[in-house]
Amino acid sequence: MFPLNDGGVISGLVCGILFGFVLERAGFGSPCKLTAQFRFNDWSVFKVMFTAITVSAVGLYLLRLTGLMAADSVFVPTSLLMAAAIGGALVGAGFAIGGYCPGTSIVGLFSGRLDALVFIVGLLLGTVVFAGLYGPTVEAIMAMAEVETGDTLVDAYEFSEPVVLACILVALAGVFALGSWFERRSAEGPVSAEQAVNGAPGEQQA
Amino acid sequence: MPAPSKTIKPFWPPFAAGLALGFVLLLTFVLTGHGLGATGATTRFTAWLGMTVAPSATQANSYLGQMVENGNPLFSWITWQVIGVGIGAFAAAYFSGHLRLQFDGSKRIGTPARFAAALFGGLAAGFGARISAGCTSGLGLSGAATLSIAAFVFLGTFFAAGLIFSRLFRGV
Repeated sequence: MFPLNDGGVISGLVCGILFGFVLERAGFGSPCKLTAQFRFNDWSVFKVMFTAITVSAVGLYLLRLTGLMAADSVFVPTSLLMAAAIGGALVGAGFAIGGYCPGTSIVGLFSGRLDALVFIVGLLLGTVVFAGLYGPTVEAIMAMAEVETGDTLVDAYEFSEPVVLACILVALAGVFALGSWFERRSAEGPVSAEQAVNGAPGEQQA
Repeated sequence: MPAPSKTIKPFWPPFAAGLALGFVLLLTFVLTGHGLGATGATTRFTAWLGMTVAPSATQANSYLGQMVENGNPLFSWITWQVIGVGIGAFAAAYFSGHLRLQFDGSKRIGTPARFAAALFGGLAAGFGARISAGCTSGLGLSGAATLSIAAFVFLGTFFAAGLIFSRLFRGV
């Protein structure tokens, strides 16, 4: 029954509009709020991401359990762990330095932030540099450390899916408990919408 | 078009925003069979720009060339999705009083430094997302929802590098 495998314009626009709307209302157009995660005074990034991962992972499981979705019918990234590790580190570094990740830079731009446009120009330049260096050496590095037995935690290591989902739920509770504890302890606390709209303050005001 | 909101509405609480994002991601899987993304579109846009500026070099490139073989690289679901992100983000900002034209981060570190940080940060992220064939949305978020091993590795090094580099540089 599902997925519908609808690659059309309307499906793209609908999913994108909802995605962009939610990211903006979560505060993820603000580089100040996004990077506050790494200063530990605002745990919104971890909290929102872990909640979303849990909801959709449990949802996909239930859809398969009830027969509404066939097994192996959604795209799973290949378990090329070297590529994932290097890419993750570079995107994380870019996030800390530039204040956005690729998706949130679109949200930043469309909430009026011209620094996000500069970040997007950087994204395009990074793609050009990658395309320029692409060849046998880069391909060989990207092919390293593939998990041969499968792409998901369930397939590759034969973990039971309910157990993996239960672990994710425990991790989610842990993120909220730990995050809220850090937020209460910090002098600044989470970045409010007023603070975000006013932009990252100067050091004397911070 | 109604006037933009004058009062600045608060951000959604993280749990509510996370629930909403989770259901949007689930809807995307149900509709399309894959998750949400971002750099799929910026890569296709780069290939399109390449065809506009330097078509022969783009066609000869082993990475971008395969993307322009079958006509306009922008004709893809992910392009519409990223256009949607822009529309959705604009609507949310407009009706919540969050819309403000600014160069965010200038007050803190000055405009030239903020320009350099945003450009360099974008470059690192753009390069990195091509190595991992996905960014925080496409691989981290969407992949983790399918319990992909690569997604959890990506999220692990993403947060580790973010922690380290946010202590070495003040980019915002």
